[in-house]
Amino acid sequence: MTTPVKIAWKSVTKRFGSRTVLDGLSLDAHEGRSLVVIGGSGTGKSVMLKTALGLIAPDSGHVEIDGERVRPGDPSDPGLGQIGMLFQSGALFDSLTVWENVAFKLLKAHKMKRAEARQKAVEALAQVDLEPDVASRAPRELSGGMLKRASLARAIVTRPAILFFDEPTTGLDPVTADVINRLIVRQVRSLGATAVTITHDMASMRMIADEVAMIENGTILWRGPLEGVESCDNPAVCRFVRGESGNS
Amino acid sequence: MMVFNPVRALGRGVLSLLRSLGAMTLFASFTLRALIGPFFAGQFVQQLGRIGFLSLPVVGLTALFTGAALALNIYVGGERFNAESFVPNIVALGIVRELGPVIAALMLAGRVSSGIAAEIGAMRATEQIDALHTLTIDPMRYLVVPRVLAGVVVMPLLVLVADVIGIFGGFLVGVTTLEFDPTVYVRNSADILERWDVVSGLIKAAVFGFLLTLMGCYHGYHAQGGAQGVGRAATHAVVSAAMLIFAANFILTSMFV
Repeated sequence: MTTPVKIAWKSVTKRFGSRTVLDGLSLDAHEGRSLVVIGGSGTGKSVMLKTALGLIAPDSGHVEIDGERVRPGDPSDPGLGQIGMLFQSGALFDSLTVWENVAFKLLKAHKMKRAEARQKAVEALAQVDLEPDVASRAPRELSGGMLKRASLARAIVTRPAILFFDEPTTGLDPVTADVINRLIVRQVRSLGATAVTITHDMASMRMIADEVAMIENGTILWRGPLEGVESCDNPAVCRFVRGESGNS
Repeated sequence: MMVFNPVRALGRGVLSLLRSLGAMTLFASFTLRALIGPFFAGQFVQQLGRIGFLSLPVVGLTALFTGAALALNIYVGGERFNAESFVPNIVALGIVRELGPVIAALMLAGRVSSGIAAEIGAMRATEQIDALHTLTIDPMRYLVVPRVLAGVVVMPLLVLVADVIGIFGGFLVGVTTLEFDPTVYVRNSADILERWDVVSGLIKAAVFGFLLTLMGCYHGYHAQGGAQGVGRAATHAVVSAAMLIFAANFILTSMFV
C-alpha cells in the first residue's frame, strides 16, 4: 500500500561555483516510510538533505513538505517544525548540558518551564537507553556513541513527524553502529515517522531502509525497495553496495 | 607565460574589498532586522558578563598606562613652550575624547572580536549553527543579536571606567614624577572637561562596540574549513574590527569637532 507523499524534491538544482552538486534531482519520501539515500562521497547527499531543511537554497526547483514549499533560510517554516534531525557530528551545543541540549527546542521555541522540559529530556534520553545521570553532564564528557544517542534524543523529544539522519553511524565502531541503527529503527517505528537517512554504511541501510535511492552526479540513479538492492536490479547500485569500483 | 598585470591585480583587490564591504553591510542589516522578534534575554545577560565584566582588567590596565605615558609625553612637549601646566587639561581631554574609546575598543577587538569569531566559527564547523536552524531558532537572533547588543551597551560603560582610570594614571605620574600639586591637578582636569566631551566619547564607544562585536559575529558566521578556518576567522575579525574602529573614529571625530 502506498502512503501519501510527505517530502518531495522537485527538479532541484544546486551549483557551487562551476560545480553542479544537484542536477535537477527529483525524489519523494512517503509518509511513515523509511527512505535511505546512498551514494559515494561528494555526490550531493548532504546538500539534498540541507535543501529540505532550508539550510541551502536551490538554484532552481524546490522542496515540498506536505505539499507546501520549504522556505530556505526561514527557521519559522512550518515544515521545519515537523523535522527532527540527527547530524553526522551530533552537533550538540558545547555550552549546555546534555539535558539542556535535548530540551533546547522545548525551552527556546516552545517556552516550556525548565522542570517540565528537563523531565521530557530525561524521558527522551531513556528512550535511547541513556541513564538519567547523563542528563547533567557536558557533551564533551560523552563517548561517540553516547553523543549520537543524546543527539537522537534531541531529534525525537518533540515527537516529530519527519526524522532526518545524516550519516548516523559514521565514526562509530561496528557494535556501537549496530546499537544506533537499532535505536533509529525503534524510534522511527514508535513515532510512525517518515525517515530519510543519508549513509554509505550498507549495514545501516539494510537495517533501516524500507526503500533505497542511489544518488550519483547530483541525480537519482535508481530507486526501489530494499529487496531490489539485494537482488541487484541495477548494476551500478549493485557495485556500490558490494564495494566494487567498477574498474577491471 | 603569465605576465603580472598590476592593473588587473589592483582591480581584483578593489572588487574583493567591495564584495566584503557589501557582505558586511548586508550582515549588519540582517542583524538590525533580527532585533525585531523573539529576544533571548539569557544569552544577552551572559554576553554582558563575558564582554563587559571580564574585559575590565585589560581595559583598566591599558588605560592606566596610557594615561601615565600621555602625561609624560605632554610634559616633555609642553616644556618646550613653557606650557607644562596644561598637562592635566590635555590628558583629561585626550583620554575622554580620543584615547579612552579607541584604546578600550582596540583591546576589546583583540579580546572579544577574536573570541566571538572563534566561538561562532567552531559552532559553524561542528554544524551547531545548522542545528539551531533545524530546532527552529534563528541563529541571527540567538547568536548575533545578544552579542552585538551587549557590545553596544557595555562599551560605553567600559570607556567610562577607562576614562577615570586613564586620568588617574596621568594624575599618578603628574603628582609623583612631575611634581604637580594634587588639588590643582584634579581641579584642572575637571575644569577643562565639558559634558559633550564625555558624551561624544561614549557615543564613539557605542559605535565601536557595535563594530567590534559585529565583526566577530560576521567572520565566525562565515568561517569555512575546520580548525584552520576558525583561526582565520579570528584573525580577520580582529584586523577588520581594528580597521573599522580607526575609520569610524575619524568620521565621528570629524562630526564632533
